[in-house]
Amino acid sequence: MNKSIPLWVHLLLLAVAIIFPFVLPSAFWVNFGVLALFYAFIGQSWNIAGGFAGQLSFGHVAFLGAGAYASTIVQMRFGWNPWLGLPVAALAGAAAGWMVAAMSFRAGLKGSYFALITLAFAEVFRIVANSIEITGGGLGMLIPMKQTAANFQFGDRRVFYYIMLALTVVSIAIAVWLKASRFGARLAAIRENEDSAMALGINVYSEKVKVMMLSGAIAGVGGCFFAQYFLYIDPTIAFGTDKSVEMLLVSMIGGAGTVYGPLIGAVLLALVSEVTRAMFTIQGLSLVIYGTLLVIIIAFLPNGLIDLFKRREKRQLGRLSSGASGKAGDA
Amino acid sequence: MDLTIFGAALLNGILMGGIYTLVASGLTLIYGVLHIINFAHGSMLMLAMFGVYYLLMKLGIDPYLSLVVMVPAMYALGYLLYRHMIGKLSLGRDENILLITLGLSILIENLALMFFKGDSRTISLSYSDKVLEWGPLMVSLPKLISFVAAMVLCALLGLFISRTDTGKAIRAVAKERMGARLVGIDVDKVFAVSFGIGLATLGAAACLLMPIFYVSPTIGHVFVMVAFTVVVLGGMGSFLGAVIGGLIVGLTESFGGLYLGESLGQIGIPLIFILILLFRPTGLFGGKR
Repeated sequence: MNKSIPLWVHLLLLAVAIIFPFVLPSAFWVNFGVLALFYAFIGQSWNIAGGFAGQLSFGHVAFLGAGAYASTIVQMRFGWNPWLGLPVAALAGAAAGWMVAAMSFRAGLKGSYFALITLAFAEVFRIVANSIEITGGGLGMLIPMKQTAANFQFGDRRVFYYIMLALTVVSIAIAVWLKASRFGARLAAIRENEDSAMALGINVYSEKVKVMMLSGAIAGVGGCFFAQYFLYIDPTIAFGTDKSVEMLLVSMIGGAGTVYGPLIGAVLLALVSEVTRAMFTIQGLSLVIYGTLLVIIIAFLPNGLIDLFKRREKRQLGRLSSGASGKAGDA
Repeated sequence: MDLTIFGAALLNGILMGGIYTLVASGLTLIYGVLHIINFAHGSMLMLAMFGVYYLLMKLGIDPYLSLVVMVPAMYALGYLLYRHMIGKLSLGRDENILLITLGLSILIENLALMFFKGDSRTISLSYSDKVLEWGPLMVSLPKLISFVAAMVLCALLGLFISRTDTGKAIRAVAKERMGARLVGIDVDKVFAVSFGIGLATLGAAACLLMPIFYVSPTIGHVFVMVAFTVVVLGGMGSFLGAVIGGLIVGLTESFGGLYLGESLGQIGIPLIFILILLFRPTGLFGGKR
């Protein structure tokens, strides 16, 4: 479990991701790739807080929406270059993460209580965005189409794909770093048992606030990308419950607390939703499958689908060692 | 401020409060007494409301008469669901229950979307638009009925919990799970029974709501945040708290809409929820956590 992933796995996955838009260059598949990577990216944001640090959030969309709105507001209202939106979104997401975390953790909220309060925060953000003028209220904000690279808009959608890929690589690198760093180890200690972590001298409050800021920054960047890709945001898109649930789902289904869990979950989510949309005209079928998967996974594969790969490894190891002991018994 | 508008908002807030109490009372039992977060509460209500809708449409059964069918049906659903699914699959961890009920709500909602389609439906009955006039104030009769029924239901639940043996067992399990097991209480069964009762109240709520509300596959979303707010506001497992909490939430919504406008007015409910969790997590009438 604690064995780190060999380098060739990272490189192989990266190579596959790089050649993907050349093998399948149609608009459909490029869009598919962008969305799968987008969900992997925001899923990783959830995973860093929910999986690595064990802080279950039901309202992670609050940070995504904060990033989407902050970057779009500086562009539309103050005329900033949209590329500057990325750092602005990261800051806004981190600030929102800090606010929610500082308040909730200072009050000592844990587990399900924390999950519910994040949901309420997202709802407050949605209502505020819906009611004030600078956000465009319920009508939202439409970013005008002007396809130049300086304007973060590209005629060739594959450029979006590679930007999203670069962001995803960064998010995975952060996860790899968390697995290996002392900060990550402190978070794991907090996740497993907060009281023992405290007894070990870990400043639980400040570590939890830090991880929520990191996670919030990533979600914020995801929000900025989302706004630039679809050129439109409104309060329901930016702060709706659906995305919070999807972030949680891809992470939980792929494997919470693992480096590649969100990517596995996101590719599966994108595949399931595209396949069901192509084959059936039934509304909601993909989420039926996803809801079922969530229940099955919590019951039978608590570490997510990624366990399927690991289990095979473990079983082989088990067979080897039992074989060895059997021989020893014979002798 | 015009006194009539104020009075109308006050009355509307109180009546809506009754409806919220109705929806939240089952959650108070499940969440408050057993410390289980049932995230599927809203989608279960949706399911019950569709039940009431089809009983009327296909068999012509009046919603109030459907109580006789819906309450036991929802009890059975809750009991079986806990016995054979939630209890077994959660492996005894609270957070798993939260996630499993979340998965369940996604599943139920989208199945409903597949079968019933996305549009919202209403029913019209001879008494749907009946209004009682009281000076300048007008009270919708079905709303008044649902309010009174909510109060009766909470009183009954309170009596049930404090006076019956089953109620005593539920309280024992809530306080001290291990101790309850030691004195011979079947803890898993008590959980399943409580879950069943929680859903049975939703069956009742659906029958009382249907004449005044609409139903759609996503109707649960309207009530989830509200119901959790009522429960934490009133305090864990307190039925008197659920009544007071429901009234406060109903009034907040009504006056929020009046003074802050339709959009910003919605902020009251999540704000109360956040403030209560931050500053008084035991709620107004709750005991120790």
